Amino acid sequence: MTTLTAALPELRARVSPRETLRQILLMTGRALQKMRRNPEQFFDVTLQPLLFTPMFGYIFGGAVAGGVSKYLPLLIPGILVQTALTSCMATGVTLREDMEKGVFDRFKSLPMSRVAPLAGPAVADTVRYAIATTLTILVGLAMGYRPGGGVVGVVAAGLLVVVTAWSLSWVFTFLGTMMKSAQGLQGISMMVLFPLTFLSNAYVPASTLPDWLQAFVKVNPVSHVVSALRSLANHGTVNSEVGWALLACAIVVAVFVPLAVRGYRRQL
Amino acid sequence: MTDLAVEAQGLVKKFGELRAVDGIDLQVHAGEVYGVLGPNGAGKTTTLSMLATLLRIDAGSARIFGVDVHHEPHKVRQLIGLTGQYASVDEKLTARENLVLFARIHGQRKQQARETAADLLERFGLTDAGDRLLEKFSGGMRRRLDLAASLISSPPLIFLDEPTTGLDPRTRGQMWDTIRDLVRQGSTILLTTQYLDEADQLADRIAVIDHGRKVAEGTSGELKASVGRSTLAVRLADPADMDAAARAVATVLGRPASRTPEAARLTVPLERADDAAEALIALRRSGISVQEVKVEEPTLDEVFLALTGSPASDEPDHASTGPAASGQLDEMEISR
Ligand SMILES: Nc1ncnc2c1ncn2[C@@H]1O[C@H](COP(=O)(O)OP(=O)(O)O)[C@@H](O)[C@H]1O
Ligand SMILES: [Mg+2]
Repeated sequence: MTTLTAALPELRARVSPRETLRQILLMTGRALQKMRRNPEQFFDVTLQPLLFTPMFGYIFGGAVAGGVSKYLPLLIPGILVQTALTSCMATGVTLREDMEKGVFDRFKSLPMSRVAPLAGPAVADTVRYAIATTLTILVGLAMGYRPGGGVVGVVAAGLLVVVTAWSLSWVFTFLGTMMKSAQGLQGISMMVLFPLTFLSNAYVPASTLPDWLQAFVKVNPVSHVVSALRSLANHGTVNSEVGWALLACAIVVAVFVPLAVRGYRRQL
Repeated sequence: MTDLAVEAQGLVKKFGELRAVDGIDLQVHAGEVYGVLGPNGAGKTTTLSMLATLLRIDAGSARIFGVDVHHEPHKVRQLIGLTGQYASVDEKLTARENLVLFARIHGQRKQQARETAADLLERFGLTDAGDRLLEKFSGGMRRRLDLAASLISSPPLIFLDEPTTGLDPRTRGQMWDTIRDLVRQGSTILLTTQYLDEADQLADRIAVIDHGRKVAEGTSGELKASVGRSTLAVRLADPADMDAAARAVATVLGRPASRTPEAARLTVPLERADDAAEALIALRRSGISVQEVKVEEPTLDEVFLALTGSPASDEPDHASTGPAASGQLDEMEISR
């Protein structure tokens, strides 16, 4: 009929790792561009630290530690983890909303890496986690928190929070590819997060809890991350908890990145 | 390599109990415009989504330029451009940012991507609006941008899903011109539509689908010929006679008549010239007065009616239960 068939492009069998990386960066750029235009995305990561840190500090400080300034070394790492968890939940919810838009049909029909549309928002959201972390620490300092780990210890703790949030965001990204709606995802996520943060040592020392609860608190990964942060920020020491926290993050990433990509493919 | 741009056999897609696509065969030759015509809910989007690797194929097989869609989706994606029924562009970015992003995903460098975007904006008359957010775009502009985005890699096959649904007549005409331009440049196009005149205007060959099945295929001339050489159109003096008139004509000719109540118009395909006389006599016998009589070349409306046996719709009650806006639209289209 025509000579078109002769002019067919050379077809590549798959996306190379280099292209994948490039596409992840492109999708990160897109997410950052949208974040700049829609500052509402920063509300949760700004308000939470500004509200919760003083609130928890002044309410529980006297009861738990006999004074606000004595409570802060216990509390700040706890708040850091809680804020990180809720903001990485938002990563999944935002992605789910995004996936319902027509533009995802185009991403799916383009010869592009399947991980890039998921990884882009995850990488871009580290900016949000970093803002939440920095604000929490600043509010803590203003309230009289004097971390024993010094600048290095605090920065290391901050990095660990961001790494943890990024890793966990893959759990919510995975759920985002499985759930039918963003609201559904939000509901489920709250049900997971609430017990996970409160049934940990984030706000109270584990030793004050009844035995049966202690058993759970001890295996709760949130507790390990909180302990790791305390040792980094308050003492400037890298202990085994830090190792456990990083190992847990690595496992979460290794399990949930492939699951999320599979979930995304299966939507097809 | 094969001469077939699309070759699909027995395509099936199930959503739970519903067989949205129920064994469709398609053969689209390179360089042609192929129209898939069907009412809302016929399975057009679902068929296209399977061919474009957006939906898993439940049964059957499809190849694009000889490449299997199920086994080598990544290769297929390098051969196609998709313009979806709902604009597949990013609402939160500007038109230019959208095009640059998609060009860069296709592997273009920053500078090259900027040039591609500028060229496409120019070609689709969007240069002035290029730096506005899409939220402020009209439906027609969005469609044009969407089409522009599908052309970035100059794919040999372009899917257009209902490219003019919801557009006003003028914008619709512009879109038709754009599509004709693409054809002149040698693209193969598979388009879907629920507008009969659109398929007639644009497509070399047409498949009529209904309830997930292909009910007819051919050029618009062949489809019309298969129904009858010409059509009798009458305008009733009293629109209230519509039901009685349709019944009378259907009884004497043994074929359903299609109606346009707004215009008090009734049309029926004629197999022989004598049929016209029969129909008019039947009307007179029923005491129905006629204001105007015409014998016309058949339209695709009648083709559709004759092929599916009903004014096409999978929601038979939607006229009586207060139709949604889209339902109203396609009723109007089908009966026009
Ligand atoms: N994701 C889906 N889940 C369930 N049913 C669907 C889905 N997509 C389409 N359908 C149903 O499949 C049928 C065909 O839909 P579609 O292909 O969109 O029709 P068309 O594009 O011809 O209007 C319709 O009855 C529609 O309701
Ligand atoms: Mg459709």
